[in-house]
Amino acid sequence: MIYALLCYHQEDVVCAWTKEEDNAVMARLAVVHEKLAKAGKLGPAARLLPTTAATTLRKDQDPPLVLDGPFAETKEQLLGFYTIDCVDLEDALEVARELGRANPGGAYEVRPVSLFVPGSFVP
Amino acid sequence: MDETRWIGTTLAAARPQAIAALLRYFRDLDLAEEAFQEACLRALRTWPQNGPPRDAAAWLVFVGRNVALDTVRRRAKHTELPPEEILSDTEDAEAEIAEHMDGLHYRDDVLRLLFICCHPELPTTQQIALALRVVSGLSVKQIARAFLVTEAAMEQRITRAKARIARADVPFEAPGAVERSERLGVVAAMIYLLFNEGYSAAGDTLVAREPLCDEAIRLARLLLRLFQAEPEIMGLTALMLFQHTRAVARFDMHGAAILLDQQNRDLWNKPMIAEGLALLDKAIRHRRPGPYQVQAAIAALHARAERPEDTDWTEIDLLYGTLEIMQPSPVVTLNRAVATSKLRGPEVALAMVEPLGDKLSGYFYYHGLRGALLMQLGRTSEARESFMVAISLATTVAEATHIRTQLDELKDCRGAGGVAGGELLSEI
Repeated sequence: MIYALLCYHQEDVVCAWTKEEDNAVMARLAVVHEKLAKAGKLGPAARLLPTTAATTLRKDQDPPLVLDGPFAETKEQLLGFYTIDCVDLEDALEVARELGRANPGGAYEVRPVSLFVPGSFVP
Repeated sequence: MDETRWIGTTLAAARPQAIAALLRYFRDLDLAEEAFQEACLRALRTWPQNGPPRDAAAWLVFVGRNVALDTVRRRAKHTELPPEEILSDTEDAEAEIAEHMDGLHYRDDVLRLLFICCHPELPTTQQIALALRVVSGLSVKQIARAFLVTEAAMEQRITRAKARIARADVPFEAPGAVERSERLGVVAAMIYLLFNEGYSAAGDTLVAREPLCDEAIRLARLLLRLFQAEPEIMGLTALMLFQHTRAVARFDMHGAAILLDQQNRDLWNKPMIAEGLALLDKAIRHRRPGPYQVQAAIAALHARAERPEDTDWTEIDLLYGTLEIMQPSPVVTLNRAVATSKLRGPEVALAMVEPLGDKLSGYFYYHGLRGALLMQLGRTSEARESFMVAISLATTVAEATHIRTQLDELKDCRGAGGVAGGELLSEI
């Protein structure tokens, strides 16, 4: 089963990390990423630019409205996501726990994927 | 990250919003800061046991307000503090206050807080020092180091600046649209000055000042989160990001400046460039161009060029032309001359530069550029004269070293030295 791990955290906290703190988190995560990749569990993953770089297209009107900023004005923002291939929810939660130990704070939403399109480009 | 460190980061992140809201309650900067400090102390005591609150800023505002109200009362009546449980048990009230504190509410508070730091009677360095102390929460020691003064001197400056703004008449009602936009302009200028304090550092001051760049970008992102549809704030943030991408590539191991042309572009920070380009893209959609957006667009053309020879000088020349109309200044024309020299040769560029002599005779980059253009034209003795004046005006070792390298090239009679920079000449 493929799961999406949606990474939520308070953006002002993440933005307040020093370069050293950020590097330390990324280095710890890299170790986990490698382990997951070796186990064949890691699919496409992304860290997103700050929400200030976001633009939202509201489709509930015609023509759609383009707005600056992220879709949801919440305390915790979607800052990245993983796709992982796991046998069941417990397995997926174990992956989330391990990533969480490397990157504490915030939350991971574990969401089963209904359709997975691998896409065609390699950046 | 251990627990105390995590709490420290959370408190630092919540600081601008919390102080800004407390200032609205108390209309007194000292009291607002004191209240925030007290709330932080309580956070350090209670968060490890009770866990972090859902909304740290709202928690700090609520607790800080109660504590400070109490201080005020105690000063007046010498009454006892209520027991800690009453003050800390804010579970329900916190949720309610958090509802009121989201987005819009903080927006004008944070803007007001930044705006009062920009009081026109304060010299710009004091405006910056005050913002760093009050809004960013840097220690007086850190600020003193960045400005190369003693801690005592900086303490005194900040105290004086605070006394000055305490006497100022700051309107606390929500500003109207025109006033809000004026305030944003003033605050944006201060943030860019703060960035430049960090960016102009070199050599010995580099380590102490580089954090100022990060702080400026953090404040700009904060403003942008609160004012999401302001193209000039997008432009300002993008501009600073583009410049800061080169932080590692700008100096060699001895601290000498490396020109844009000669920098190792692999060292440029790619995610920062991507963020800058994304912001500029968003800004342009608004079709309300302004000086920050134009400068960011120029910086973007440099950031986009994988090799120096890929730089789109035609577009850069056009953009400087636009900037000359928006914000006429001899420095802008001087910068345009760099682009012109790449497109139409040193002779045309020199003709643009010469008339600026009256206004820019005390400006390092004027003499540096003039010297470089003369050198390209083979007018070596005039070039040497210009370089000598430039050296005498250099304010950093990096500047002086750069000119000395040019002088060495003159001695070798190679005369093929290129023109420096190409992006608001503070480039080197």
